[in-house]
Formats: sequence, structure tokens, C-alpha cells
Amino acid sequence: MFDQLDQIFVTALHWLVSFVPEMLRPLVTPLICISFILAVFPAYFSIITIFERKGIGRIQNRYGPNRVGMPWPLNKIFNWSLAGFGQFIPDGLKMLTKEDIVPRAADKIVHFLAPVVMLIPVLLSYSVLPFGKNMTLADYDAGLLFFFAVGGAVEISVFMAGWSSRNKYSLLGAMRAIAQMVSYEIPLILSAVSVVMIVGSLKLTDIIAHQNHYTFGIAHWHVFTPWGFIGFVLFFIASLAESNRTPFDLPEAESEIIAGYFTEYSGFKFALFFLGEYLGMFAISGLGITLFLGGWTAPFSFLTWIPSWIWFFGKLTAIIFVFIWIRATLPRLRMDQLMNFAWKFMLPLALINMLVAGIWHYMAADWQRWLVCGALIAGAYVLLGRGLMQNQKLGKRIYRYAE
Amino acid sequence: MTLALIITALVTVLAAATVMSLRNLVHCALAMAVAFSGVAALYLQLNAEFVGFAEILVYVGAIAILIVFAILLTRSGETPEKSVLTSGWLAGVAVSAMVFTLLGWAVLTSSALPKEIATAPAAPVKNIGDALMGKFVLPLEIVGLVLTAAMIGAVIIALKEDKKDNPGGQP
Repeated sequence: MFDQLDQIFVTALHWLVSFVPEMLRPLVTPLICISFILAVFPAYFSIITIFERKGIGRIQNRYGPNRVGMPWPLNKIFNWSLAGFGQFIPDGLKMLTKEDIVPRAADKIVHFLAPVVMLIPVLLSYSVLPFGKNMTLADYDAGLLFFFAVGGAVEISVFMAGWSSRNKYSLLGAMRAIAQMVSYEIPLILSAVSVVMIVGSLKLTDIIAHQNHYTFGIAHWHVFTPWGFIGFVLFFIASLAESNRTPFDLPEAESEIIAGYFTEYSGFKFALFFLGEYLGMFAISGLGITLFLGGWTAPFSFLTWIPSWIWFFGKLTAIIFVFIWIRATLPRLRMDQLMNFAWKFMLPLALINMLVAGIWHYMAADWQRWLVCGALIAGAYVLLGRGLMQNQKLGKRIYRYAE
Repeated sequence: MTLALIITALVTVLAAATVMSLRNLVHCALAMAVAFSGVAALYLQLNAEFVGFAEILVYVGAIAILIVFAILLTRSGETPEKSVLTSGWLAGVAVSAMVFTLLGWAVLTSSALPKEIATAPAAPVKNIGDALMGKFVLPLEIVGLVLTAAMIGAVIIALKEDKKDNPGGQP
């Protein structure tokens, strides 16, 4: 019965496809899958925005949205107060009905195309993610490469938005965003390369199959190995920077450059940027889950009866919660700190991690390789951290209180 | 010739023509990104997954951004008033047509071209990886060394040399 629940979406797809004639099936099957992605992830986005606003409100000791209940025709029947969870409906309507203002000096065509170019590659990257067992839309042989390749197109859209607005803040934000994305893409890809070295495949389903077996009831997730742990941490930090989240939100730092590259966007184009940014965040978290956290597999063998798609979305929500938690907690980095951290700490550590992954692959599977790999990583971490802290003149923090 | 091939070829050629004919350099760079994507789509239609994705990753993700930055950092934003086509464009068309005919003739009559179409191997990406890390590892390393040397050279050329003009140590 649980197996049927696990495969419920696959069964539903086959059932839906069985209605169309044989000839049209290769066309209809991807269409249904695409509409599934287009329906599920924006809906997930709208719910996450509420969780983000309420969660940050809780962390910062304020209420957050807590008023909006059921929408208009429904509130005559069920007059429930949803504790503010209905907020995303008026938010979306507001975005749709606002005036779309384009600056007179703007480059009209490029200004119009930028949000579209932002959203399309992000949506494309969902096609290779495995959401559950047998639930991958396009299982390419080079799926991981595809994910990073389409992610590269986001930089073009950021540049298009910043340049076409003819606004110095927009251009500054775009320059910052591109510098940051280019710098953090390197540790992002290198930490993924260590997984590829161990698994020996760029196919995302193969990477999950490599993690889907158990010793003493504990899964062989890559995060439970020395190289996988440090790889996951590097990947997570780099994905924070790639999705422009705090503490790496310099491209859209409100207190410095208004809103960065989308300063001159309003109405639904602004909403498209917002959507693209969040969908990119979900996609890169989904890739991190696939690479290091076992994808849709269960952490313990006695929990394998829970459907695979519940595991995927549960892990995704947990990662997004950490993103929100970090956003509510950490201040923004300075530009020089950002670059120093990427090039002097994360890049060398990612390179050493690749070396450790190679050693892990060739050593015999016993406690010695844990010792050697763990010692190498710990040593590299300590030395690099010390090196980064040199010449920093960090004294004891002095607190000053109001008299 | 399938419909998909015709569409991607048309998009690629049109984008490439746009690159040459627009006045605003940034527009040209963006059109070039479209042309690169079209080339990647052509590779994908030939089942060359790795080359297609690498084309997008390197050309759209990196080269186009590099070109755009180079334009922004070197030129002022003004676009030229007059047309980009010079008066002698007819001669240019004639010369390029002749070069194209010559190249096409050379390719079609070349003996290096395999007569029968090779079947696609089972795991092409894995084969490429094995070849790069096994048989061709030395050329790969040499290319890496040459590129690193070029990058260091570029940095050295771009470095400011006039440190003596600034004895106070103030940047």
C-alpha cells in the first residue's frame, strides 16, 4: 500500500496519458510533467513566502502577517481566520494589478525581456531534479552539467535588467551580482565535482542510487563522509551566495543600492524576479539534497516506508528553513569580505576536498580512511581559517551601553 | 532535415546576423548569447549532450558575460549615428560567398570525412571523461598550463606599475 502511495504521481501520470491516443503520448507526457512543475513550485513559493515572513517576525520579536483569512467568496461559508496564511493571495493580486512603470530612458526591449530570461533557465533546471522515485522529468546522462549550464543564463538576465534600466543603482547591483555569482560558482561546482568523482556519473539518478543503501540501518548519504560533509557545507554556502540570500545579499542591499538590479521594475515584472529568485533557491537546494543528502531516500532503513516525494519536499523545506533562519540572524558581508571568503577560503578548501575525495576512493573501506580524510580536512580547515584571519586585527569586542 | 533543425538553424543564423548589424554593442553581445544557445541546441539535436551543455556553460555563461563586461568597461554608452554597414558591403558578400563555397567544397570532397554515420556510443559522457582523464590527460594538462600562463600574463599586464609615484603608501 505504501508502495502505491510512493508511486501515486507516476500512476496518475500513466492513467492520464492512457486517455490520449498513442500517437500524441510522447507530446502529452512531458506537457503534464511540465504543468506539474509549473503548478507545484510556484505554489510552494507562495507558501514559503508566508513562512519566511512569519518566521522572521518570530525570530525578530514581532508578529508578521497574521490577519488575512479566507478569500472573498469562501469566507461567506467558512469564516476561518487562517492566522495570516492567506496573505499570499492578496500579495499576488496586488502584484498583478499594480501599474507597470518603465523608465523613459530604459532600453524597452531588454528591460521587458530580462525577467523572462531570468525565469526560463530556472524552470528548465527543474527538469533534471529527481523529486521522488521514478519522478525525474528528463534524466539526462549529463544532468548535473545541464543544471549548471542553464544556471549560467541567470547571470545574463541580471545583467540585462541592470543595464537596460539606465539607473546607476541597477547597474551597480548587476555588477555586484555578476561578480558574486561568478566567484561562488567555482566552489559550488568544485564541491559537486567531488561527488561526481566518487559516484563516477553525472546522472542525478545514479548519484541517488549510490546513496540508497544502508549499513546498520543508517543510509550512505554523502554528507555522512568527511569529504561529503565539507562538500555539503561549501555547497550550502555557495548556494546562499548564488541565490543572493543574506549574508550574501549585496546585489540587492536595500540600505545601499535600493533594490539592486531590479530597482526599476514594478508590478508583475518585479514579481517575476522575486519568483525567479525563490525558484532558483529551491532548485539549487534540491540539487544539494540530491548530491549530498540522499535525494528522496530515507535516512534510516526503518523509515523507508514513507513515500519518496515526502522525503524530498521535507528535506527541501528543512533547507529553506535554514535559509530563512540565516536571513533573520546574520548581517550582510562587505564586498572585500565576500571576495576574500570565496577566493582565499572556499576555493582552496574545495580543491583540497577534491583531493580528499580521491584518497577516499582509493583507500580500503575501513577506519583508516576515515582518520586520514578527516585529519586532512580538519587540518586544511584550520590552516585556511588562520590564514584568512591573519592581518585582520580582530580585538575583543567592546560593548557600549546607553547610560 | 527535421523541422526542429530548421527552426534552430534559422534562429542561430538570424541571431548571428543581428550581432553584425545592430548599432548598440550591448545588444550585439546579447544577440551573440542567443546565437551561442542556438549552436548548443544544434549540438543537442546531434545527441552530443556534453558538448551542447558545455557550450551553454562556457559560451553563454562565461564568454558572453566577459564580452559584456569588456564593452561596459571600455566604451562610453553612446551608439554610433551612422549605419554599421560600410558602402562596400556588396564586395564583402561576394568574398564571403566565395570563401563559403571553397570551404563547403573542401569539406564535402575531403577524404577525412567518414563515409558512414557512426552510431552513438552507449554512455557518451562517461567515454569523454575516460578519454580526457586517460588517453588525453597530457594535452589536457598542457592546455591548463597554457591558459594559466595566459591568465597570469594578463594580470601582470593589467597591474599598475607606478608604485614609485606614490611614496606615502596611500592607495
